[in-house]
Amino acid sequence: MADPASDVDVLVIGGGNAALCAAIAARRAGASVLVLEAAPKFYRGGNTRHTRNMRCAHDAATDTLSGPYPEEEFWDDLLQVTGGKTNEQLARHMISQSKEMLGWIAAQGVRFQPSLGGTLSLGRTNSFFLGGGRAMLNALYVTAGRLGVVVCYDAEVIALDITDGVFRSATYRRGSADVLVRARTLVAASGGFEANIAWLEELWGEAADNFLIRGTPYNRGTVLRMLLDHGAEPVGDATQCHAVAIDARAPKFDGGIITRLDCVVFGIVVNRDARRFHDEGEDIWPKRYAVWGRLVAAEPGQIAYIVFDAPALSLFMPSLYPPIAAASIAGLARLLKLDPAALERTVAGFNAAVRPGTFDPSRLDDCRTEGLSPPKSHWARRIETAPFYAYPVRPGITFTYLGTRVGRDARIVMRKRGPAANMFAAGEIMAGNVLGQGYAAGIGMTIGSVFGRIAGREASAHARSAST
Amino acid sequence: MPDQPVPDAGRREGALHASAALAEADRLMTVCNACRYCEGLCAVFPAMEMRRTFPDGDLDYLANLCHACGACFDDCQFAPPHAFDVNVPRTLAIVRAQSYAIYAWPRTLAPLFARNGLAVSVIAALSVAAFIAGFVAWHDPRALFAVHTGPGAFYRLMPHAAMVALFGAAFLYALLAIAMSVRNFWHATASPAGNATSLWQAMRDAGRLRYLDGGGVGCADAGEPPADRRPLFHHLTFYGFLLCFASTSFATLYHYLLCLEAPYPWYDLPVVLGTLGGIGLTLGPIGLLFAKGRRDPVLGDPGQNGMDVAFLVMLLASGATGLALLVLRATPAMGLLLALHLGVVLALFLTMPYGKFMHGIYRFLALVRYAKERRDTQAHDAGGSE
Repeated sequence: MADPASDVDVLVIGGGNAALCAAIAARRAGASVLVLEAAPKFYRGGNTRHTRNMRCAHDAATDTLSGPYPEEEFWDDLLQVTGGKTNEQLARHMISQSKEMLGWIAAQGVRFQPSLGGTLSLGRTNSFFLGGGRAMLNALYVTAGRLGVVVCYDAEVIALDITDGVFRSATYRRGSADVLVRARTLVAASGGFEANIAWLEELWGEAADNFLIRGTPYNRGTVLRMLLDHGAEPVGDATQCHAVAIDARAPKFDGGIITRLDCVVFGIVVNRDARRFHDEGEDIWPKRYAVWGRLVAAEPGQIAYIVFDAPALSLFMPSLYPPIAAASIAGLARLLKLDPAALERTVAGFNAAVRPGTFDPSRLDDCRTEGLSPPKSHWARRIETAPFYAYPVRPGITFTYLGTRVGRDARIVMRKRGPAANMFAAGEIMAGNVLGQGYAAGIGMTIGSVFGRIAGREASAHARSAST
Repeated sequence: MPDQPVPDAGRREGALHASAALAEADRLMTVCNACRYCEGLCAVFPAMEMRRTFPDGDLDYLANLCHACGACFDDCQFAPPHAFDVNVPRTLAIVRAQSYAIYAWPRTLAPLFARNGLAVSVIAALSVAAFIAGFVAWHDPRALFAVHTGPGAFYRLMPHAAMVALFGAAFLYALLAIAMSVRNFWHATASPAGNATSLWQAMRDAGRLRYLDGGGVGCADAGEPPADRRPLFHHLTFYGFLLCFASTSFATLYHYLLCLEAPYPWYDLPVVLGTLGGIGLTLGPIGLLFAKGRRDPVLGDPGQNGMDVAFLVMLLASGATGLALLVLRATPAMGLLLALHLGVVLALFLTMPYGKFMHGIYRFLALVRYAKERRDTQAHDAGGSE
């Protein structure tokens, strides 16, 4: 690629959904745009690579959505998953803007499909990308390229020149050279710091060494840290991250969705000492999967084992690795390097506490334990039919909540100066404004698209007024 | 987890497969079945979702269901250079090519698939040479370069009865070999009995190449965005072939029912059909050969190039020599062109059961099975999404 421009109207840092929506919106509004993506081309797009759908409000069913999803219902869902930790004004603005997004995103070449297979429960609320998140990204990159947006890969920003609260230029590393680019406005859409192990260690101590990162190694939070250091006002709980329990055999980075395990509710979960530590049948799995990452993180060695027996094997989505199998509980324990006697005791104690009931995976059934601590409230069936199986699990970090505060116009708010003159943020780097905690399927993409487009338009308007 | 060996992504220990490609296909289907993001792209992934394990017969079925559009490779977050190394189009292409040999009838001729380009070229050359030699041996050598016109002109070089006997035998042999291969495939893949509904559905899906469009985006090639014209050229080739076949069939009816002897005037049905078909059969393969060159090699099986090119060239040669014969049939070139055309067509028929032609047969069978399975299986259960 020829040398990218060294002076542009809008500099977009990041390469995912939010970054591309910002770049496309800014370019369509007439600005010259440079996108700096830290990852190589194949890994472009941060967590968007691993997404599958977005949650947008809509008043009627469409070709790909099975029914209406009114703004008020979206708001209720957001309130519930965040436990109220959200900025209502900003969140309602996003929800109202999300209605236009389905059409806008489709106009950028992204294609949707009806939800199929295992995702029917989201068929009314969420729009699924045909081919998934990488297909969505490919479409956005094609559109951006056609419009004349310049994209630079392997280009990690290493310094920002922000003087008196005004962004002047950024320096990025390209191969062995450091390149300076001046821009009239900045859109920071470079995600969180979930792949930055050193940063995670600051918060979690040595336990962070045992975390697996579900996305690429490029979500390092470099730009987030620089913005905060330059006086941007933080938002969201710095100590929290979205974590699920994933297969412990998954690679350290980028195992994506396929390392997930949906079988907690069908067995028991024990720690390194072969003891149970939480109610596996607390609620339906879609409402509980995000709890288990943190639960396992709190156990010794950040490891746990989902143990179940033969009848449960085909009740959940197949996963990447086969379960570890043995003919007896003691044999299973030996394979897992657990104390066989301890695991046998735990299973026997659990089996003895199971009350008779009618097993029904599709609802909160009446199969539960009695006199057991912690209890298993639903889907409790004795673990007694060989072969016995186990999946080892570790915390898999999806994203972090810490971000920069923004206003309705996606403008970054500075701690001392208020709204920044020429800096905007979109996507995961500001998701904490809307999503103080928790998660609802597809909402990360909504935040990215809505605020990406807003940031792109605002940045373009600012750049063009600044240059005339 | 200490000391626990980490399996390759998707690898199931103890799963037995007849080849490394089948083992790799099993691994990929296990990976893909845990993801399912591609389920809207084509028929392969919904068919995969109906299973949790992948024995060889099922993998042969899935491989032949794949139309090689390539969309799932572009869309895959685990494609190389990712460590999971997921390349479904290439792996299924290799399995597919192997399946042609596995189900070939008789088995002793299966090695023809191993160096198919060479085999087809040799058979074609021998066939053309035999016609030239035959024309010369039967007549005065000068007859080959003489001008023949009027009804029965072709038959002055080769008697009609001889032509019918030779091509009829070749055609019947091809039909038998293909039917036996179909039988092998259907049994080995343990396919359920098809019915009229699934047959009709498969005819519609095959007729418009429904699954060659990556779910509507178009098939992938080296360009970005995809700008592949393979569906168009495939339609030209396939329908061109059917028109030529129809032309020959009508000519046979003309000969026996109406007692009209070829050559026919340009406006007569066999000639019109043959001309249109010949044009399709000439332009289609040329387009497909170019598309082949443009295609990102990562998507395909390099070992199949010889087979692919041989079949395309044979189709192109059939079409082009047919058209040349039409244009030059009243000139001294007719004799040689007739030998060339008949030689190529005979070789095409003889090699049909042992070359790329079979892709259409097996893919059609896979589509029949998919249509049947889809009707039989209710929409799926459990799972989640984030």
